[in-house]
Amino acid sequence: MTSTTAAAPATASPGAPRYKQKKKKKSRLGWNLLGLLVFVTAGFPVYWMLNTALKPAKDAIDPNPHFFPTTFTLDNFRRALEISDFWGPVGRSMIVSLTVVVIGIAVGMLAALAISRFAFRGRKIVIVGILAVQMIPLVAMIIPVFLLLNDLGQYDKLSGLIITYLTFILPFTVWTLRGFIVNIPKELEEAAMVDGCTPTGAFLRVVFPLLAPGMVATSVYGFIQAWNEYLYALMLMSQQNQTATVWLGNFTTKNGTEFAPMMAGSTMMALPIVILFLIVQRKMAAGLTAGAVKG
Amino acid sequence: MSAAQTTTADLPPARQRTSTGPGTGKTSAPGPRGRKGPGATPWLLLAPCLLIIVLVMGYPLFRLVSLSFQSFGKSELWGFKDARFVGFDNFTKVLGDGVFWSVVLRTIVFAAGAVILTMVIGMLVALLLQKVAGWVKALISIALVASWGMPIIVATAIFKWIFDTDYGVLNYLLSRLPGVDMIGHNWFASGPQGLAVITLLVVWGAVPFVVITLSAGLTQVPKELEEAARLDGAGAWGVFRHVTLPILKPIIVMLTTLSVIWDMGVFPQVFVMRGGNPEAEFQLLTTYSYKQAFVVNDYSGGSAIALVTVLLLLGVVAVYMRQMLKIGEVE
Repeated sequence: MTSTTAAAPATASPGAPRYKQKKKKKSRLGWNLLGLLVFVTAGFPVYWMLNTALKPAKDAIDPNPHFFPTTFTLDNFRRALEISDFWGPVGRSMIVSLTVVVIGIAVGMLAALAISRFAFRGRKIVIVGILAVQMIPLVAMIIPVFLLLNDLGQYDKLSGLIITYLTFILPFTVWTLRGFIVNIPKELEEAAMVDGCTPTGAFLRVVFPLLAPGMVATSVYGFIQAWNEYLYALMLMSQQNQTATVWLGNFTTKNGTEFAPMMAGSTMMALPIVILFLIVQRKMAAGLTAGAVKG
Repeated sequence: MSAAQTTTADLPPARQRTSTGPGTGKTSAPGPRGRKGPGATPWLLLAPCLLIIVLVMGYPLFRLVSLSFQSFGKSELWGFKDARFVGFDNFTKVLGDGVFWSVVLRTIVFAAGAVILTMVIGMLVALLLQKVAGWVKALISIALVASWGMPIIVATAIFKWIFDTDYGVLNYLLSRLPGVDMIGHNWFASGPQGLAVITLLVVWGAVPFVVITLSAGLTQVPKELEEAARLDGAGAWGVFRHVTLPILKPIIVMLTTLSVIWDMGVFPQVFVMRGGNPEAEFQLLTTYSYKQAFVVNDYSGGSAIALVTVLLLLGVVAVYMRQMLKIGEVE
């Protein structure tokens, strides 16, 4: 947040008289209060999840809920782990997401290079195609994908899920990586080639190191998307092979929902993802908006 | 957010550099690849990607269209019968159904509400972020990124808990207000109220992306322009309307079109909120198509509904693509 402090004085116009700046300070108190209100509203659901997860299950259904924790307990987490197999679904989600990301980045990188570093006939059509594929609502495709995997004998198989996830991870990966590659000046590669590098060598020694942070961010983002997917995981996998997102449904039975353990399960599922997200978010925000700001 | 701001601020020079000569690196590249002609390398690089997309996206897309012109139910799925071509039968059945049109109307109202709320709140928060002190900005950013990163399914579970009839914290909080008694209020007893709750859930998850993107865009608005407008006598609204808004327009168009596409495709929120079996009053086009296919076992009817949904979105997609292609032409 270094730039925010630097940007603060810039908002006060440089030539403004002193008294005006003082008035600005006073009005800023109002803005800050409003900002805190936004913070509380936006953050409350997440806070309430943690709060419920950490208090005893009988406190969670107290008609007068406590807003600040009084007693801490991990019982809800224990219950969440035993309610149905936890590590199986998590392991499966892990396998699917990691495989999707590895294939997606490898294949996507090649395609991104092609559309950002080469001028060739049909380049524009390819770009339009990749963008268009991204726009097809996944929900609309569930019926034919289900039938296709059924025909191929890939229903209820992790491999089937992986192939399906690739279709929405790949266009996104290609488009984002393209954004990162475009921002690496071509002169760097050309200089390396003048110095005797082959095009491949120039790419590996010059472009690749510069691209690495963007690739990491893109992979983490792709991982999160695959991890969070629900509909296809629900439709294409049976009860025995369910993944983490579908696992969360096990807390609701005919007898009602066990909310406190469910919040504990939610915490276990979301916390690693949110932390990963916090780490790559800056880089991703830059990558995702690069296109828009450029236009 | 500082990283995002500095990176985007670096963009214009990078663009100039890359715009000097598209493809020069390729054509001037000597080596064995040159023999294959200028067109071969990019296509080789693209091949694996295109292959996967065509196989797993292209074929199902074709199947979606062909299914909607066939009669395909449970017996065809099990292979007892061959699918039969029925022409426009599915479409006449779907389009002639009053239920379908009420679902379309509900979906459009729902998506429009969610998109407008998302964009307006997103814009207001992005503008607010410019006014607050650094530490408040940091707090809001953390809350926003946390809600952005939340798996949709987890967010839905949390909202289900907050809005629970008997133990939900919201009913308790509202009842603390003088003259309000919401204890035991069931938010999902009626469709409109339940969908309003789902709209809130969708907006809560969608606002962070809008705020972060718009904030990055706001740093690109030249301070001198705002200053000049102010000297010419423009008020805060005038500056926003005539300086900020026109500069942000490309970003706003992109965000709005994306939001429309995303909000028309809302599925897990409704599906999970209603325990896997949304009532008639909660059906959106997505859940309706799903129900037709997998509950009624009329796969071709479900496909026809899905196809109509895609067609409904085409106009929005066209606007989005035009915006993105403008960007593509720059390099």
